[in-house]
Amino acid sequence: MIAKAAGTLAVAALVALPPLLPKYHLEVLISVLFWAYLGIAWNLLGGYAGQFSFGHAAFFGIGAYTSTLLLLQVGLTPWVGMVLGGGLAAAFGLFEGYLSFRYGLKGPYFSLVTLAFAEMLRVVGVNTKAVGSSLGLVVPSAKAAPAMFMFSGKLPYYYIILAMGALALALTWKIGRSRLGFSLAAVRENEDAAETAGVDALATKLRAMALSSFLTALGGTFYAQYFAYIDPTISFGPSVSIGALLPAIVGGAGTVLGPVLGSFVLTPLSEVTRYALRGRAGADIMLYGAILVLVISFLPQGIVGLVRDRRARAGRQ
Amino acid sequence: MTWGLLLQAVVSGLLLGGVYGLVASGLSLIFGVLRIINFAHGAVMMLAMYTTYWLFALAGVDPYLSVILTAPLFFALGVVIQKVVIEPNRSAAEHNQLLLTLGLALFFENLALVLWQGDFRTVRVAYSNASFMVGEALVEVPRLVASGGAVLMAVGLFAFLRLTDVGKALRALAEEPEGAALVGINVARIRAASFGLGSACVAVAGALITPFFYVAPDVGESFNIMAFVVVVLGGMGNFMGALAGGFIVGLAESLGAAFLPGSLKQLVVFMIFVLVLLFRPQGLFGGSRDR
Amino acid sequence: MSLLEMSGLTKRFGGLLAVSNFDLSLDAGEIVGLIGPNGAGKTTVFHLIAGFHAPTSGEIRFKGGSIVGSKPHAICRLGLTRTFQIVQPFAGLSVIENVMVGAFNRERDAVAARRLAGEIVDFVGLGPRRDLPARSLTLSGRKRLEIARGLATRPEMLLLDEAMSGLNPTEIDEIIGLIRRIHARGVSLLIIEHVMQAIMALSHRLVVLHHGEKLAEGAPGEVARDRRVIEAYLGEGA
Repeated sequence: MIAKAAGTLAVAALVALPPLLPKYHLEVLISVLFWAYLGIAWNLLGGYAGQFSFGHAAFFGIGAYTSTLLLLQVGLTPWVGMVLGGGLAAAFGLFEGYLSFRYGLKGPYFSLVTLAFAEMLRVVGVNTKAVGSSLGLVVPSAKAAPAMFMFSGKLPYYYIILAMGALALALTWKIGRSRLGFSLAAVRENEDAAETAGVDALATKLRAMALSSFLTALGGTFYAQYFAYIDPTISFGPSVSIGALLPAIVGGAGTVLGPVLGSFVLTPLSEVTRYALRGRAGADIMLYGAILVLVISFLPQGIVGLVRDRRARAGRQ
Repeated sequence: MTWGLLLQAVVSGLLLGGVYGLVASGLSLIFGVLRIINFAHGAVMMLAMYTTYWLFALAGVDPYLSVILTAPLFFALGVVIQKVVIEPNRSAAEHNQLLLTLGLALFFENLALVLWQGDFRTVRVAYSNASFMVGEALVEVPRLVASGGAVLMAVGLFAFLRLTDVGKALRALAEEPEGAALVGINVARIRAASFGLGSACVAVAGALITPFFYVAPDVGESFNIMAFVVVVLGGMGNFMGALAGGFIVGLAESLGAAFLPGSLKQLVVFMIFVLVLLFRPQGLFGGSRDR
Repeated sequence: MSLLEMSGLTKRFGGLLAVSNFDLSLDAGEIVGLIGPNGAGKTTVFHLIAGFHAPTSGEIRFKGGSIVGSKPHAICRLGLTRTFQIVQPFAGLSVIENVMVGAFNRERDAVAARRLAGEIVDFVGLGPRRDLPARSLTLSGRKRLEIARGLATRPEMLLLDEAMSGLNPTEIDEIIGLIRRIHARGVSLLIIEHVMQAIMALSHRLVVLHHGEKLAEGAPGEVARDRRVIEAYLGEGA
């Protein structure tokens, strides 16, 4: 009861409040939703399918570069470029996934391979003049042009990322209750038993990979349009890869709201830390590292897990 | 591509390869006993390099001599990390243990960034520029010392594992954890020692390269990845395989740098990594246990 | 045409010959017991049939078609599924959710799958515990859960691997009753078991495996009196 009321209130606040927020707060909120979105996308493969990718930046970067290059070279609107980037990322994800899963890579070995692929893309990006090498690409943003995914002011971007997040959340929720969701859970829990129960483990994992990489790429395009600048290190580097998995781990991998809760905790924390220790680069990531260690040690099911435990205990009393 | 350039590439590759081998040996040892992939390995190396730098900058201690201090210091740090962070979580899911070491890596790397900023620092000693020619190839003395020292340390460690009681206990624990406990080996202590030893290895490697390698918070990251590639190539838990693998990867990287423009040499290393993981996951020389 | 047919089935692991030239057919409606001392290769035979290992040589036909090289999930969809010697529940899911995974093979829709799963959960006697996490079940409960998950895939044939190991006499009786009811629903069974009274009572036919080879085959009474079988069990030890 309380949860439903709180939830409705939160949603209402997220929709109605932002026009009233001062610029800085709006920026932080956009940041929170952005990392929540990436976390939700990562969660489909990492939390639901149980395959922990350490290289999700590969898909993010493919999305960002595809839409930006199409915009710069042929003037294609990023709204369409976004979808194309998603498709390309999904194809790359299927390639990476097929190679890994077909050859039986699991657990940490899969994680390392995803890291390797992301790094390879980064190195290619840095060394390819056609995509701007390490100087990166600047996305035109001087004039407002909604049809070209360019807006003046931050508010439109806020509502876009809110909508993306809401859709990704709805998709996750729907999948969780569907045949695919049960297949994912089975594969995550015990692949051999899943196969015996008729679940095609390879196909299931690949489906999760395709969805996850598609969604992540959309996030890349959003980033490119919002920040108006991308380079190989930002797009393919560890900050995105790690930033995408942290909210899900802290909030609760394999749950619908986990990445959202995780981002609402982590992102403001990082902002506060950076503000408090002005000019001290790295303080926020240092905190993330400590939080990661603490969460794994004491709260392996994340925040959602903690809430569930409390409820279960209260229920038993 | 002249023979001279090729020779130079081979020489450079062998020189850096020894260091990769030592770094990877430490990682391999940790994996062999604890069965975890230590993401924080490179960060420990970085901390050791900073320690070497500060000992030099503040007290004039020669980097090679400072190894006498750094090795035991980082052995102790490794033991502490293992006991405080890793051991309490030893029954956690594999991917969670990986995240644990990732968290440590993030923490240490950014701690260094916060404390000492991102500026590159260098240790300049009298012999920093000493070199001699072998045919058409230039051999820089600090690199030679680093590679040689690394190989020496690795061989020393190998002997330690073969000949001493503690060494045998480590190997026993790596091969047969339950049996090891049954014969009275103090499992907790040996597990801590393995992380300590692995950290000491990578710390020595770090100290050895400071005369010619820049010191910065992110320096560990590149060695981290190299170490993973070497360990996978040499066989997880295969100590000598790691040393051999180090030379192979060093050569591959160096030859890649000679033939490919820019930083594309890294692609060569990553491709080796992916190919080995896919088609020969036990490594070229076989791991200590099946994957 | 037999429901399941193996001929010349052989599996070699490096230097170890686990299964050698094994022939066996099962007709629909049969309950066949596969027995033999520990290490005889019984579970390996199950791994081969269910698609977890590829045979080194030999043929396996289910419903007339070869299933050699098929993946376990495809074999399950054809109507053949198995349980494991060491139970493998989906620990993080509830009892009914575990069974739903199997049910989704026959029902695309979540509501229908849940209904089918609920039926099976009741059938195996886990009804009162349907919403509890699988990890909270006792061994007996987990064994029944494993069977339920298999049943939800609506198999024509079920391979049971030591379903009674670790259970007390009352629980064993319950499982025997359950197996009889499963059989009454039209499912054929190939059972590996060490609990002799159970497998003697249940099986139409017994097959004895020793060092990977078929040692004897026939009605339970005959096989029990076969001297070679007695020697295999007692003479060389377990």
